[in-house]
Amino acid sequence: MTEPVTIDAPVGVPLPTARSARLVNGAGRFVADARPAGGLEVAFVRSAHASARILSIDAAAARAMPGVAAVLTAADLAPILKSFRGTHGAFPDLVAPRQTALAADIVRWSGEPVALVLAASRAVAEDAAELVEIDYDPLPAVADPRAAVAEGAPAIHPEAPDNVALTLIHEKGDVDAAFAQAAHVAELAFSFGRVTGVPLETRGIVATYEAGERRLTVSMSHQCPHQMNVEFAGLLGLDVEKVRVSCLDVGGGFGVKQQLYGDELAVCAAAMLTGRPVRFIADRLESMVSDIHAREHVVTGRIAVDGEGRILAFDIDDLFAIGAYSQYPRSSAGEIRSVIGLAGAPYRFCAMRGRARVVFQNKPPSGHYRGVGHPIGCAVTEGLVDAGAAAAGIDPLEFRRINLLTAADLPYASPNGTTFPRLTFPQCLDALEKAVDLPAVHRDVAAGRAEGRCLGLGIVAFVEQTSRGSGFYGDGGVAVSSRDSCTIRLEPTGGLRCLSSVTEQGQGSEMGVTQIVAAAVGVPLERVEVVTGDTAATAQGGGTWGSRCLAIGGEAAWHAGRKLRTEILELAGSLLQADPATLRLMDGAIHDASGARMSLADLAVTAHYRPHAFGGRHPQLVQSADYSPLDGPFRAGSGFQLSLVEVDVELGSVKLLRHVVVHEAGRIVNPLLADEQIRGAVAQGLGSALFEELTFDAEGQPLATTLADYRLPEASDLPDIEVVHAKAPPIPGSALGAAGLGEAGTVGAAAAVFNAVNDALAPYGGRVSAMPLTMGRILAGLGRVKG
Amino acid sequence: MKPAPFEYRRADTREEALSLLAEHGEDAEILAGGQSLMPLLAMRLARPAMVIDINRIGGLAGVTEIEDGISVGALTRHREVARDALVARDAPVLAKAVPHIAHHGIRNRGTIGGALSLGDPAAEFPACAVAAGARLVLASAAGTRRIAAADYYLAPFETARGPEDLLVAAEFPADGRGAAVVEAAPRAGDYAIVGLVALARPSGARLRDVELVYFAAGERPNPAPAAAAILAAADDARAALAEAAEAARREVETIATPSASAAVRRHLVGALLGRAVAALFEGARP
Repeated sequence: MTEPVTIDAPVGVPLPTARSARLVNGAGRFVADARPAGGLEVAFVRSAHASARILSIDAAAARAMPGVAAVLTAADLAPILKSFRGTHGAFPDLVAPRQTALAADIVRWSGEPVALVLAASRAVAEDAAELVEIDYDPLPAVADPRAAVAEGAPAIHPEAPDNVALTLIHEKGDVDAAFAQAAHVAELAFSFGRVTGVPLETRGIVATYEAGERRLTVSMSHQCPHQMNVEFAGLLGLDVEKVRVSCLDVGGGFGVKQQLYGDELAVCAAAMLTGRPVRFIADRLESMVSDIHAREHVVTGRIAVDGEGRILAFDIDDLFAIGAYSQYPRSSAGEIRSVIGLAGAPYRFCAMRGRARVVFQNKPPSGHYRGVGHPIGCAVTEGLVDAGAAAAGIDPLEFRRINLLTAADLPYASPNGTTFPRLTFPQCLDALEKAVDLPAVHRDVAAGRAEGRCLGLGIVAFVEQTSRGSGFYGDGGVAVSSRDSCTIRLEPTGGLRCLSSVTEQGQGSEMGVTQIVAAAVGVPLERVEVVTGDTAATAQGGGTWGSRCLAIGGEAAWHAGRKLRTEILELAGSLLQADPATLRLMDGAIHDASGARMSLADLAVTAHYRPHAFGGRHPQLVQSADYSPLDGPFRAGSGFQLSLVEVDVELGSVKLLRHVVVHEAGRIVNPLLADEQIRGAVAQGLGSALFEELTFDAEGQPLATTLADYRLPEASDLPDIEVVHAKAPPIPGSALGAAGLGEAGTVGAAAAVFNAVNDALAPYGGRVSAMPLTMGRILAGLGRVKG
Repeated sequence: MKPAPFEYRRADTREEALSLLAEHGEDAEILAGGQSLMPLLAMRLARPAMVIDINRIGGLAGVTEIEDGISVGALTRHREVARDALVARDAPVLAKAVPHIAHHGIRNRGTIGGALSLGDPAAEFPACAVAAGARLVLASAAGTRRIAAADYYLAPFETARGPEDLLVAAEFPADGRGAAVVEAAPRAGDYAIVGLVALARPSGARLRDVELVYFAAGERPNPAPAAAAILAAADDARAALAEAAEAARREVETIATPSASAAVRRHLVGALLGRAVAALFEGARP
């Protein structure tokens, strides 16, 4: 097994991304910037009903409008486009009803695409879309998760008469005995509002089809172009190698751009049917009802604690509402496994019961938003841990110190069903106590309270599972790659062109690969050009999901770089008549013990144009490597988040006074980008804690369809987010020894605020259980208004 | 998110605008700062046949002195209102309201005429106008008339402005009272869940000449005269707060929206009164 190696700068150096200057100067190239000649623009006719039978569609008036090229419905697409089901082999009982790109007979959420209008401009397409007359027979709709599983609720799919798509039961150890013996038991209820990722750049796609060669060329804003290449080919009956998916600049993804969407698939089919380039750029209104939603959970939990303050057991019951379908291709089932498999994750305990039910409702499908289940598992665990500490009469941090896993516990087969080979809570706790004067914080809180201020402190531990191996999707029969690849070419000037299957949505994964390649080969950073996001250029790979780009794609880049370096030194040895083992490649020059002997540019020119100079050896000048974590299902990061809040008990508002993240994830390739990843993720976590909620009425009509109603956190709403990296050796099992860290911020942020607010309300006898913590919920939690 | 087709007409003079309104007013919308109209057009919630752009009309922007106070031109941008010396002298409540209106970009473009004539129940300026006893100046081809702000707001997004009318100015009688504008909003810059405009003359522990107008609580700017009277009658206004808050809760209409229930709004009506009174005394400190 490969073990971590010493890696020099520029790995480990905080550097801004090379593309930042271009983006902030307005020179970004996004899919919406491309307007192919002769192209058609798309507007979708989306269902106004959350649940209805389509009786008829009359598009005659729309088709007759000047500038309209076609109006297509499910019936028009059916001959060339397959339907799909969001199944997953790890969950054979998952009810995954068949779905079509456009609704065929029944619409199951308000916003579901029913027809697409192709016209000369988006404005004309929208005008025509208004003329498409759809006769609906409204059916009863179910919106609330509890209503969906209530006796007599209308069934959304005949395959799931009780609206339950999947029930997962997990039991380990003697849970009933643990609760019976416990000195203290605490029980809490939680509910989490439905949220979504809201990338700055909405989804967009341009599809072009060449009928003669059956060649489909797609430019889209996506995290996983290779996945889309395979899916488009499969569902449209094309050869994978005749489909090309490329991503230009992508303005944020967060999981929203990790899935396959019916509307995007319909755009490809429309390009095939019309023979013209077709362009669809989602507007914000339709994004709010068509992007994947996430995290709508209703949970109850119990914790059992013994007389010494040791956690004995957790008992968790989770209701996860996924909307109308299981999302294709990844399915909507993975989230509950994260909730169960992360319950109590940072702690030592002996028994666990978990029940999770995935339920259908008449809302947009739920998918994998940054953190996937982690924020729920963390908030439930940490809420219960605070409650357990309070029941035992122990300071919450002291209580955690008693129960946190230490090196002696590892590897730890947790009763939650997950085995954690490596966690670093002692190092993280040490870093937290060094970075934050906790006694002073406690003194300030006490002093503020004495003055009548409603202050609260929350400190939570979190685990982030990253860099997934191939077990989950591969064994589940889902075509999602856990591999990543890297090909590096030596150009005749001594520069490197690097083709990587990682993808870039603004997080800096390209910059990380650039740094790794520069260090691996031994060339200046500026001489490494990284190409990503094009399935015709880069080898197969997973792209961006589950915090994997650097831990996996970076590892591939390291090995490709070392292979190329080895070849370069062998070629140099041949020219210099020296043993390659005595040569080094540094800063783009070949050195021996006496100093620089030859520039890499000179070697490259010779190898490209005078290959006969190498004594019969054929210079390759291109090397590739591929990597997938074969040694385990994930690599874990560990950490703490601290939140200090002040609640205005008259208005019910929350002010965030301080937020600290302590984090450890093995080797950090670029500390600057790591900090910004964590800060961005914290902002999203804080949004879900305080502001963001996709509200619906009881009939499933969306109420938050603009960014005035769906409240994202703004800079002025957030405190400075302090990030502290705890020190620990690189993670065993790979040369780089890195875990991902893109989701860590979301995992613990909401939990920390939730605990801090409840700490603040406790002296008032108040408690909140539902996020986001709106003014109304806080006032109800304080008993000032009826809930 | 593309507007339905409409005809765009730019009026370069007031007369041109009034003549266009006389002919097309029923099917026209007036474009001033565009901070509400443009999103409404883009979402197809507003579908006028014609949009009449008044931005190039001279003389509609700026603040001038009139006999009993100041006249604020309809095209005066929020940012200018906040910085104007005459506003600071005669209608400081307007300057106090501006920081609550959305964000800088919106304040740079948004106009007082637009904010007053849209009739958004959550907007700050209508409540200020009602509290300060402003007169709204409506011009039409038939002539010019003035209407008290208190009589102008009929229902959400519905005002006494006729289809042929152009709101050209708002006249504020010089008001030497202290002013406070307080809001409960989810985020800075959000539409308030409840807001309150309070005018009064602090004197020792007393408040005299109290005027209270709530906004965002109900469907229109909502005066609270009973609460104001309780505060004005008290020797110690702060000591009368609980009683005044109770009166305000009784007299102010509260609605339910996805942002907050009527019960939450009722609670906030009372809670904000304390904030406003504190701000009035704070503002009176030398």
